[in-house]
This record gives sequence, structure tokens and C-alpha cells, in this order.
Amino acid sequence: MNVERLRTGQAVGATGPKPKRARAAGARAFRNGRRSVMNRLMPVLLGLCASVSIITSVGIVYTLVSETIFFFRDVPIVEFLTGTRWSPLFEPKSFGILPLLAGTLLITVIACAVAMPVGLASAIYLSEYAPRRMRNVVKPILEVLAGVPTIVYGYFALSFMTPIVRAIFPETGIFNALSAGIVVGIMIIPMVTSLSEDAMNAVPKSLRDGAYALGATRFESALKIVLPAALSGIVASFVLAFSRAVGETMIVTVAAGATPNLTVNPLESIQTMTAYIVQVSLGDTQRGSIEYGSIFAVGTALFVITLLLNLLAQYVAGKFREEY
Amino acid sequence: MDLLRSANREQIARRRKIDFCLHLLFAAATSVGVVALCALLIDILIDGIGRLRPELFEHFPSRRADRAGMKSAIVGSMYMLGIMLPISFMLGVGAAIWLEEYAGRGRLTRLIRLNIRTLAGVPSIVYGILGLTLFVRMLMLHRSLLAGAFTMTILVLPIIIVAAQEALRAVPKSRREAAYALGANKWQTVSRAVLPSALPGILTGVILAMSRAIGETAPLIMIGALTYVAFLPKSVLDPFTVMPIQIFNWMSRPQPEFHELAAAGILVLLALLLLMNFAAILLRNKYSKQI
Repeated sequence: MNVERLRTGQAVGATGPKPKRARAAGARAFRNGRRSVMNRLMPVLLGLCASVSIITSVGIVYTLVSETIFFFRDVPIVEFLTGTRWSPLFEPKSFGILPLLAGTLLITVIACAVAMPVGLASAIYLSEYAPRRMRNVVKPILEVLAGVPTIVYGYFALSFMTPIVRAIFPETGIFNALSAGIVVGIMIIPMVTSLSEDAMNAVPKSLRDGAYALGATRFESALKIVLPAALSGIVASFVLAFSRAVGETMIVTVAAGATPNLTVNPLESIQTMTAYIVQVSLGDTQRGSIEYGSIFAVGTALFVITLLLNLLAQYVAGKFREEY
Repeated sequence: MDLLRSANREQIARRRKIDFCLHLLFAAATSVGVVALCALLIDILIDGIGRLRPELFEHFPSRRADRAGMKSAIVGSMYMLGIMLPISFMLGVGAAIWLEEYAGRGRLTRLIRLNIRTLAGVPSIVYGILGLTLFVRMLMLHRSLLAGAFTMTILVLPIIIVAAQEALRAVPKSRREAAYALGANKWQTVSRAVLPSALPGILTGVILAMSRAIGETAPLIMIGALTYVAFLPKSVLDPFTVMPIQIFNWMSRPQPEFHELAAAGILVLLALLLLMNFAAILLRNKYSKQI
């Protein structure tokens, strides 16, 4: 509104002699006939762009729910949630999601066991110990690691990690949860590191200085001062990394196998929820068939799990943040 | 007294020793990422360098490894990026401008912000399910280039929006006030004063989003990008394949020759990504000098 008022007045820059270019630009700025149409039209158009994100969310939920309801007409929801056998492609068909859930959880736990200690330790190193030059070298490398496509990690798991795992545990098959899980862990290290480091960097320097003045070593200041102060950000980074590992698709499709298997043995071949969805969509499934519906049911489970984890991460990051 | 002092000295020495050991441990943990990246690159270089020949770029996929290439996949990836780039740029930057410059602080705005952050965490395969239902089935685009490009646009939108928001927020308020003082209206201020100085930051985000799109496999498998395409798409409604899917196809075959081809394909993909990242870093450096 104050803009409108300003616009009716004389051009501020038009008084007195001015360089030619500035005057030309001024003249252009004040020819307002067509421009005010733009001024009124653009917020609407831009608002429409922003609404695409809402439409996307609604679309995802609608798609998943509508097809999943069809699926639950054929398969009782209780059987889906509590069944311990998943064999959708062979007779007798059985749709109990627990084996897929167990496979996903196994991969995620292995990945977190790799990524959380390593990621947190690197975050502590980068924010508390490393000289500036070191940070400037390591951080871009971690960014590159975060940008490597997951299919490349899949190749790495199959051609590099699996032979190592099989050398240590000779009875392991080519497809096993361990090597896929380790590589998923490597994939999420940069995420844990960079988010945790951000949280630790946000802790004011005065707190560290206080600890040093009391005679603390760098490790003591990191463990007893910085870590507790940055805890909410660190926990949020863990939760986000966990969610990322749950949703990871190509590494597990390539390296973990395709056997829905209710096991906790990391040396066996398993199947995750994501890998199942890929497996079905690679084949020729008729629309309306029960296999087609099962993609959506599994997709819904996946979506709900990752959504809850993401909301949890945002809640933790916001709720327990210490203000300085 | 002496005893106390020496005990104290011992304690300090012990604490220093712990600090030193953990310093080494943390440094070692940091090197895990670096070592993993090196191992990955070396592993793929060893496997793939022998197959990095002109045939890889000139030939279509073939059942015989000697003749196989990824021409259709490279062209398909480029076409897909070409369609995605303008659409996702306009939608993403538009949404960011609205959120940063126009939207109030109300409940709706907060909801959209939360929504965008949540969308960024949705697994890519779920976007594939959405694309399959919405674009392939409902809009009857079938397994076409257009369906793929639309799906990937939706996938990268949150990345572009968040990056563009940050870039817009970094533009100093004084620039806007100067424009208003000259009598510009809101849209003139946004389009001529704010947007130009935010553009390098926005472009960095867009490039990073494109490099995400070019490596993404799962959603395109979902919408049915074919694994065997021995032709180039002539229109946006033709079937297509992209580099990661061709690589996945080669990886799933039992013969070792095809695994070498997959490694060579990965080298091409990584080279392309490196190029895009390099462009993003150049832009970022230019940007940080400007303000």
C-alpha cells in the first residue's frame, strides 16, 4: 500500500541532472500501465506455483490411499500387517508385510550402526578439532559423496563390498543384507555429518571458551558442553538419516537380493519394501491385479513410516532447541 | 602438598592423553568418508576404463556386449533434463518468490512450508508411484518422455524451492527499499531488484536439483522407462530410457562383460555430475563475492 502511495509521487531520481542511463531506467520504471497489470497478476501466478506442492502432497496421499483400499478388499488388513509370509508372485499367495518390514529394518539398523558413530565422530572432528584448511578440503568431499547416485552405490556394494564380506564370512551368498546395509550406511554418512556439524556450529563459542577457561580439554568441552547443547540437532540428523535409509531403493535392489525373509541374520538374502516395489514394476503386472495393488499397500506403509520419522525429526529439532 | 601436585599433574597428563587419542579417532572417522569415495572411484575406474570407448556413445544397447552402447540412454537423459529444466525452474522459483516476498505469516504459509520440508523427505520411489498413477495412467501419457520429465519435476521441486528461498532471503532488505524509494511497485521490485541478485544462488540450487534428477533411477523404473531402447525418442510422447536405468540393466545381467559396461556407464554419469557440480561451485563463488 505504501508502495502505491510512493508510485503516485514524482520520481525521486528525476530531479536535477542525472546520467543518461539512470534517467532511462527511471523512465522505464514509471511507465506503469502494463506494469500494474503484472503487479496484480503475478502474485496469483506465483501463488499457483506454490500450490503445486500442496497438490503434490494431496496427490500422493490420494493415489496411495485409493489403490490401497482396493487392495484391502482382497487381502484383510490384519493379515497384511501381521502375516509372516510374503509371497505375492507364487501360489499360494500370501501378503504379510512383516518379512519386508524386517528386511527394511535390518538394512536400516546396519546402515545406522555404520553411519551414526562415524558421522557423529566426523562432525565432532570438523567442528571442534579440525583446522579451517582441513574443513575446506573435507566438506566438499562429503558433498560429492552425498551427490553420488544411488545406482552407483549399488554397483559399489555388489562389486566391492560383497567380495569383502564373502572373504570374511565364506558362507555368505552373493546377495546379502550386510554389504547392502554397510553401503547404505556410507551413503548417509554425509547427511549425519553435515547436519550434526551445523548443530554443533550453532553452539556459541563463548560456551567453549568457558569450558577451556575452567581447564577442560577439547574432548571434554566437546563431550560435556557442545554435545549436550547441540543434542536436538544431532538427534534430528539421526532420525532423518534413519528415514533416508528406510526409503533407499537402488542399493538394496541391487545388492540385498529379492527373497522376502523374516530373519535377523545379516548374511542372508532379504528383500526390503522398496526393493519389492521395484521388482513388481520391472515385471508385467496387469493393472487391477492383486500384485499391482500390493505395490500401493507397501508404498503406503513406506510413506507413513518415512513421514512419521520426518515429522519426528522436525519436532525434535524445533522442540528441544536451546536458544542462546 | 607435593603429593597432591604430582597427583594433579598425573591427572592432567591422563586427560591430555585421552584428548589426543580421541583426536586421532575422530580424524580416522572423518577419513572413512574420504576413503570410501576413493575406493568407489578406483573400483569403478578399474572395471570400466577399458570399455570407455567411442562405441559406448555411438551404439544402441545390444545383446552382445561388444556392440552395446548407451546412445539412447544419454540422449534420453538429456531430453528429460531439457524438458524438466524450464518447468521446474518456473514452478520452483515462482513458489519460492511467493513464499518469501508475498505470503504472509499466516497458517496457510506455515502449512506450505512444513509441506515442502516434508516432501523433501519422501522416498523417491513414492514419487514414482505417484507418477505411475497420475501421469502414466490418469493423464494417459503412457511410458513417455513427458511422463518421466513430469515425475522428476515433482521430485526435484522441493530442492529448488528451498534453495531459491535461501537465495532470496540472502538479498539485503536495502535493495528492496531502494527500489521502492525509486517508485517501483512490488512486482517491479521483485523482478528487477531482488531476482537478479538472487539468481546465482537460485541457479546453484537448480543445477544441484538437475544433478539429483540425472542420477535418479527408482521413480523412472516405476513409471516404466524401458530398459531396452534401440532408438532415439522423436517426440515427447515416445518411450525412452535414461543413463541410470541402462546402467541398472547392465548390472542385472550375469555376464561380466556387461558389468564392465555398467562401470563405464557409471564413469560417464559421474563425469557429467562432476561437471554440473563444478558449474554450481563456480556460480557459488561468484555469488559470495558479489554480496
